[in-house]
Amino acid sequence: MVEISIRKRPRAEAVVTQRKFFKKTARGKVIKVLRERYLRDDVTCGIGSCSVCASTTAEDLPALGQVHELFPNGHFLLPDTNVFLNQMDLMESALFNPPIILLQTVLEEVRHRSLPLYNRLKAITKMEEKKVWIFYNEYRSETAIVREDGESPNDRNDRGIRKATAWYNSHISLVHRGKQKLPTVVLMTEDVANRQKAEKDGITSISVRKYIEAMKEASQLSDLLSVAGSNELEPTKAVSGRTALYSDYLSPSTLLAGVKAGALHQGHFNANQYNYLEGNVPVPAFTKPILLVGRENMNRAVQGDVVVVEVFDEKEWKAPADEVVDQDATLKDDDAEASEDEGSDDDITAREAKALRSENAAKRILERQPTGRIVGVIKRNWRAYVCHIDSTSLTSSNTTSLSQQTVFATPVSRLLPRIRMRTRQAPTLVGQKILVTIDKWDITSRYPEGHFVRALGKAESKEAEQESLLLEFEVPYRPFGKAILDCLPVEGDKWVVPPKSETSPEWRDRQDLRDLIICSIDPPNCQDIDDALHARPLPNGNIEAGVHIADVSHFVHSDNPMDSEAASRGTTVYLVDKRIDMLPSLLGTNLCSLRPYVERLAFSAIWELTPHAEIVNVRFTKSVIASKAAFTYEEAQIRKDDPNRKDELTEGIRLLNSLAQKLKAGRMAAGALNLASPEVKIHLQSAESSDPIDVEQKEMMETNSLVEEFMLLANISVAAKIQESFPQTAVLRRHLPPPPTNFEKLQDILRKRKGMTLDVSSSGALADSLDKCIDPNLPAFNTLVRIMATRCMLSAEYFSSGSVARDTFGHYGLASPIYTHFTSPIRRYADVLAHRQLSAAIGYTTLHATLHSKSHVERVLEVVNRRHRMAQMAGRASVEFYVGLALKARGQKGQVREEAFVIRTFRNGLGVFVSKLGIEGLVMFKRDTQFDAENYTITVPSSSPNGPEDVTISVFDKVVVDIEVEKDKNTQRGRVKMTLVSPVDSRAL
Amino acid sequence: MASRIEILNDGGYRSDGRRQYELRDITIDLSQQGQADGSAIITHGLTQVLVSVFGPREAKQRRETIHDRANINVEVAVAAFSTGERRKRSRGDKRILEIAAIIKSTFEPVIQTSIYPRSQIDIFVQVLQQDGGLLQACINGTTLALANAGIPLLDFVCAVTGGVHSTSPMLDLTTLEENDIPHATVAMMPRTGKVTLVTMETRLHVDRFEEIFRLAIDAGKVIHREMKIAVKGRTEALVTAMGSASKVASGGDNDELMQDY
Repeated sequence: MVEISIRKRPRAEAVVTQRKFFKKTARGKVIKVLRERYLRDDVTCGIGSCSVCASTTAEDLPALGQVHELFPNGHFLLPDTNVFLNQMDLMESALFNPPIILLQTVLEEVRHRSLPLYNRLKAITKMEEKKVWIFYNEYRSETAIVREDGESPNDRNDRGIRKATAWYNSHISLVHRGKQKLPTVVLMTEDVANRQKAEKDGITSISVRKYIEAMKEASQLSDLLSVAGSNELEPTKAVSGRTALYSDYLSPSTLLAGVKAGALHQGHFNANQYNYLEGNVPVPAFTKPILLVGRENMNRAVQGDVVVVEVFDEKEWKAPADEVVDQDATLKDDDAEASEDEGSDDDITAREAKALRSENAAKRILERQPTGRIVGVIKRNWRAYVCHIDSTSLTSSNTTSLSQQTVFATPVSRLLPRIRMRTRQAPTLVGQKILVTIDKWDITSRYPEGHFVRALGKAESKEAEQESLLLEFEVPYRPFGKAILDCLPVEGDKWVVPPKSETSPEWRDRQDLRDLIICSIDPPNCQDIDDALHARPLPNGNIEAGVHIADVSHFVHSDNPMDSEAASRGTTVYLVDKRIDMLPSLLGTNLCSLRPYVERLAFSAIWELTPHAEIVNVRFTKSVIASKAAFTYEEAQIRKDDPNRKDELTEGIRLLNSLAQKLKAGRMAAGALNLASPEVKIHLQSAESSDPIDVEQKEMMETNSLVEEFMLLANISVAAKIQESFPQTAVLRRHLPPPPTNFEKLQDILRKRKGMTLDVSSSGALADSLDKCIDPNLPAFNTLVRIMATRCMLSAEYFSSGSVARDTFGHYGLASPIYTHFTSPIRRYADVLAHRQLSAAIGYTTLHATLHSKSHVERVLEVVNRRHRMAQMAGRASVEFYVGLALKARGQKGQVREEAFVIRTFRNGLGVFVSKLGIEGLVMFKRDTQFDAENYTITVPSSSPNGPEDVTISVFDKVVVDIEVEKDKNTQRGRVKMTLVSPVDSRAL
Repeated sequence: MASRIEILNDGGYRSDGRRQYELRDITIDLSQQGQADGSAIITHGLTQVLVSVFGPREAKQRRETIHDRANINVEVAVAAFSTGERRKRSRGDKRILEIAAIIKSTFEPVIQTSIYPRSQIDIFVQVLQQDGGLLQACINGTTLALANAGIPLLDFVCAVTGGVHSTSPMLDLTTLEENDIPHATVAMMPRTGKVTLVTMETRLHVDRFEEIFRLAIDAGKVIHREMKIAVKGRTEALVTAMGSASKVASGGDNDELMQDY
């Protein structure tokens, strides 16, 4: 029994134990709030072997602190809030691990200021190599303080932090009574006033920089320091002399009021990848996103920030530029050091103004979009970015030079502005991939300022590229920790399904399906086999078909470290040469994987289907299976097509195939879309070297479709079942119908170029009209249109059934009223949740409490959705990188010349798509061409009067391009460069 | 989106510095309040309730009399200033009527009504301040006021609110916590261990329910101890007051008084 007690609160001390404040509600009402708090004496100090507090936990701080050059008697560090807000990278660094006392006041203030930083701080407190103790100073009677009259919340917190520091110092003298050399508790703060007050009270305090400089690893750590924090220490020269390039943001209250009144609009900022001087913000008030033209109007927003936009008068509205403006080219000569002064500013401003020529605005009235400027930022979405150092910005390239230099870091992503940073290691960092964080962006600075976090390795080396890719898409790739591995079965890889018996917990309520002829069909070299199939004729003429899914939820229990890790990873990420697992590989590739010839636990969905593939009934059961074979798609296909084979396994595959064809026909009739995405396969030389040899398009076989149909069937059946059992929290997946405006441009192009129409009124209508988009001369044309149509659609997402309206459950692409993911629990977390819910729905287990909570499910799915999106992008980027490598390899043998389709036209270039390689590229012209935006054509005038005639190129035209991978001289960034060969050679242009 | 206040932080503290199984400060004042036959002011943390009991007395309206037992009449009033936002509640407010009905049905089996046929016991509950656990305060206050009025009860009735945050149960919730987590109020009789009331307005999973139910019963016993101390203290004070009163009276001429008797 737990001990229940009554906490006594002396009423006489109401000043300290009660807090009164006024709060304004969302409706504008003012409410008085009274809160009480209970002060206690049993809040422990966390210092190891403390005789007073008598706490002995594993996370204790070392009794005597740590020796530091400035504190030879040992010390504990007590940082204030701003240290964490500004110097989180330093705190996270593996080199920085003094014993830290983290006050509750600080923790709460960080939480209040920034949730992402708070989460990082929480992660630090849990790291094994860090020594952090959270001291709940607000609940300890000696250190609790009350805000005084006229004191700002900040001052109150600072006073609280000082009081706690003082308390700690006197507490230590109690602990080590009689000893001569006492460790000190050092207040770490950047606030000069705070330090002065601390000195007055006799508290030792220190600034971050001073502390770091006295450490052994000073040179490495001082690069991690953020510029934002160092401001007060060394005021930069002539700040006042610099002119403001940007306008100030409005105050948060003005922004909120404006958004509420409808005068301003809030949304996410999207940078334009073709033109760094342009961005847009989609807002609900307009059907088209709001266009932002020029630096001043984009006003320091970075991709992903939540911003507030003011829309201009309608007569000032513009159409998006039809030109490619490359940041590196336009800003080539901008000097990182000098751009802090005024010197070269005029020059750049003039060049940028030229790039923004607005002559087009009048012509293309039709395409005009709401245009505006950013007046404020609600929330920054800054993280660490993978960058290269721009070698031209270096003042001294002497590799031994340790002088501090200001350099430009160019992010790998084209959506980001370059970042100015100071470093002492610049020469060694050139040619490497590095991680850089943005700290601030002042109105007087053209570029954001940031600091170096860490180096990833040499550019173009596979390890660095791989890691940078994972970082860029925020894929968690740390190896699984001990706590997580402890959740695995103790038997390790010796684990087997125990012999069948009444008493064994594994066999409870499990059906014995070991005799069924079950096989799995997967891509070649697949190790995590999460699905297997079977089919057999029943005596009544119907067919029994079963889908058996790895029973992951048997091994991964709710709410243990492995489960939370899987939830935060969300999905397994597949790169070309690496797989970042969601679950430890013992489970993923062994115990859960439905490998052939061994007994495995499974979760089975078994249907009775008529020969016309109509469902008679379906049941779900936990089972034990023994797969009879693991085929690749190709093997299964060959086996099915071989008329000589008459064994049960082959017959089963044939039966499944015939059903799948009928299922597919049914689905297509219901209006499912047949979408296309450019998927290519990379041939690697061997598993070890992983040098790509070649690229080819993925081939689709009948058996691919066989597996797909049954997985869809299983997912739909499961979705219906769990939605029925748990109407509030069922984990489902939906695909919203795209708004018709998304298709406008594609429809327009199709009508003007090909005279075709696209009916987007429903998914069925779209499917039909897509089928009709055929150009007899260009067989690949239809695929191209499908790819372009797919890009107009929204992406599918997971959701909890209680949180959206019932009529929005549908899956547009599959034309199914309800859908979920059930069939890949090894590599997707949503499937694990669906497994748990289905298992509760059939009464096998009870549902864990967290799955009853709508808000919890929503929170988990939000993470999973994001991870899913990121994983897709990471996978695509990985393929792109390898395509680049393959091209380079091919390029050495000779020209890479491929056919391509024009998908976009610009004033000074073409966007082309090379279907054979699945890549998109840009062909740039140096000279202007005659550009007809209305008809999406450009006319290249003949180069010489008696030379060839003018050539017209338009969207959907087939062209031939030369592809080469070219290294950017400054940044060492490899990039694909395309030049037009036919119908006209673009090199001359 | 997580709210800005943590219900239970990593250190195991709640937003007001208590731990999971710690109840808020309880103060009980059993002194005479106006004309009431028995009254009690009880505070649980920042929730404060005044309960006055009148009776047993003749029913004002004849139709309300029951021939073989006393009628219990409960009226609840919530002061407009009791919450942060000033809000007048009319007597017909459904919420108030419900609390009154709950109190009535909780105490009907506990008060020995059959001793007082054809009479009425009035219980007036005045909510002075609210910060979660309103019902528990009303019930505990009513028990004390009835005991103070000398009305025979079978047992004390002790009520506590219990809630569960994710998987960790906690007791005696504040408004802040009540708004955030599922909770139930349990009223129990400490001598017999019987439960006279369980009420829950939020959704709570069955598996979690047993846990907080048992916990609330244990917590009831702790509250009972506190209430007993208060009642004993009051009685002792009365006894000493009576003793000293007789001493004062008997101070002068002892003999005369003796003759009177």
